[in-house]
Amino acid sequence: MNVQAAPLVNATRFRLAHQGDWERLEELVTRLEKKSLGHLDDDDLLALPALYRTTLSSLSIARDTSLDRALVTYLEQLCTRAYFQIYGVQTPARRQVADFFRTGWPVAARDLWKETLVCSALMVLSAVIGYLLVSGDPGWFYSIIPAELAGGRDPAASAEFLRGTLYDSQESLLTTFATYLFTHNSQVAILSFALGFAFAVPTVLLMLYNGLMLGAIYAVFAAKGLGPNLAGWLMIHGTTELLAIAIAGAAGLRIGTAVAFPGRLTRAALLVKAGRSAATAMIGVVVMLAAAGLLEGIGRQTITSDVFRFLIGWSMLTFWVLYLYVLGGRKRMA
Amino acid sequence: MSRHPRSLRRTFVTPEGIDLRLELGSAGARAGAFLIDAILILVVLVLLTIGALMLAFASAGEFVMMLWLIGFFVLRNGWFTLFEMGSRGATPGKRLMKLRVVARDGARLTGAAVVARNAMREIEVFLPLSFLVSRTVEGTADAALTIASLGWSGIFLFFPLFNRDRLRVGDLVAGTWVVVTGRARLSYDLVGAAPAQRRTFGDAALNLYGIYELQTLEQVLREENPATLSNVANMIRSKADIPDDGDDHGFLTDYYAALCARLEANLLVGRRRETKFDPVA
Repeated sequence: MNVQAAPLVNATRFRLAHQGDWERLEELVTRLEKKSLGHLDDDDLLALPALYRTTLSSLSIARDTSLDRALVTYLEQLCTRAYFQIYGVQTPARRQVADFFRTGWPVAARDLWKETLVCSALMVLSAVIGYLLVSGDPGWFYSIIPAELAGGRDPAASAEFLRGTLYDSQESLLTTFATYLFTHNSQVAILSFALGFAFAVPTVLLMLYNGLMLGAIYAVFAAKGLGPNLAGWLMIHGTTELLAIAIAGAAGLRIGTAVAFPGRLTRAALLVKAGRSAATAMIGVVVMLAAAGLLEGIGRQTITSDVFRFLIGWSMLTFWVLYLYVLGGRKRMA
Repeated sequence: MSRHPRSLRRTFVTPEGIDLRLELGSAGARAGAFLIDAILILVVLVLLTIGALMLAFASAGEFVMMLWLIGFFVLRNGWFTLFEMGSRGATPGKRLMKLRVVARDGARLTGAAVVARNAMREIEVFLPLSFLVSRTVEGTADAALTIASLGWSGIFLFFPLFNRDRLRVGDLVAGTWVVVTGRARLSYDLVGAAPAQRRTFGDAALNLYGIYELQTLEQVLREENPATLSNVANMIRSKADIPDDGDDHGFLTDYYAALCARLEANLLVGRRRETKFDPVA
């Protein structure tokens, strides 16, 4: 028998003609998966798209003409891996970070302006309610704020004690406390974003409760004539923190309304649109909360002048509003 | 678009116009990947805590405490996000289970999508967990309340089981899904590897089977399990009335080659015989 006879089946013929290309592509893709694009030299980079297309066309031919299932499966898997290395490749981390601060964050935050307004209004409203409740009947305070959070700052406390909590520095564990607050607040913010999926109801409740607590605490201090002092103490980091919380709530609200009222798009499509833009805003929220943590940990304990506290608070707010809503990300939009 | 409701294969057409037929990760594989990740996170957390304690005894307790808090935060929120933003689109658990996250529309997987899908874990996993922990710690485990909260959080936890595409809430929000990425090597060519001197088969023997049976035979040959080989060989011999020559593997290889050539020849002129139940071409 002639050993050089033509191959009996297509798979053999096909493997003979293209196996080299497939294996080269496999080797390149494996290297790409392990390292980055920078680790391929020029020849490999130029060869990659051509090899990918060759292998894709091999797959398409193999499916129609060959019955060798192992071959078709191999080509399918190789093409899929190559596809994601070629089309699904990530932008380099540094570019992503730069893009986020330059355009992504402000655009996402501005996109949520209506929801942010709603959340701020909810917090203000519930703060007023909290204030009225506690100044009307101090007993309300204990049902609004858990004792461990109040730390003695309740309606029964003396004015001296309350003043002390505002101006004395509890120097020990200061940075730890600020870090704890940052991580805790961020976790709550992320939770309120995620809870948005349940038609935003829990998100709204979180916003209301937050405002209620603020109002209740304010009522306690105001009763002792320390209202403005508390405002200064809160404002130094509070403008940043409250805006961040409002944006987190807005992100949740956006997702909730996408689920509840999809409008012209399908629910799934609108949800994806809302989810990705809201998530970008959420990264910003964590950044803002980190800034608030720094202000709280360092600023509040070292700066005891009310004037400076107000000044810092207002200038931070001005900065965020200018950056997020007025100036940031405009170039790309034009 | 042809969608088989039961199958996890999904049509996915590349810009070149070829359907890659992606296979979605099964619920079991997904859960397995998550468990592996959870265990890894716990291990890292324990190591972090031990390291922090040792440093704290040495000096600078406050600084260490701060580092620990931030480490915990990054671990809880960043583990999935940072790994999935890498070029493999998979956490260590997913990589072990041969899964990866991809955007449903086939575009690149953006950082925002990865953040969105993982922020949702907050209500899928951590919420039910914290319900359980806080209730048992406080000892205020009011049965009705516990059942209600677990039921509510269970909706999110078991969400992937209630939709065709095995989407988590996070996948839904981020527009992603999780696909299987096999990394099989190209196995050898069954026919090309056979000796040139082959057994020959008559029409009766070659008309026995279709493509489905041929590919099952291919699998049997590649697995090379002697018991299965002899079973299958005897079955074919008895059906086709061929005497046993004692060489099961050689017989099956030759039969495979002949059948494959026959079916392929018919295929090329448009007569595809899917299974043995289809009429002979």
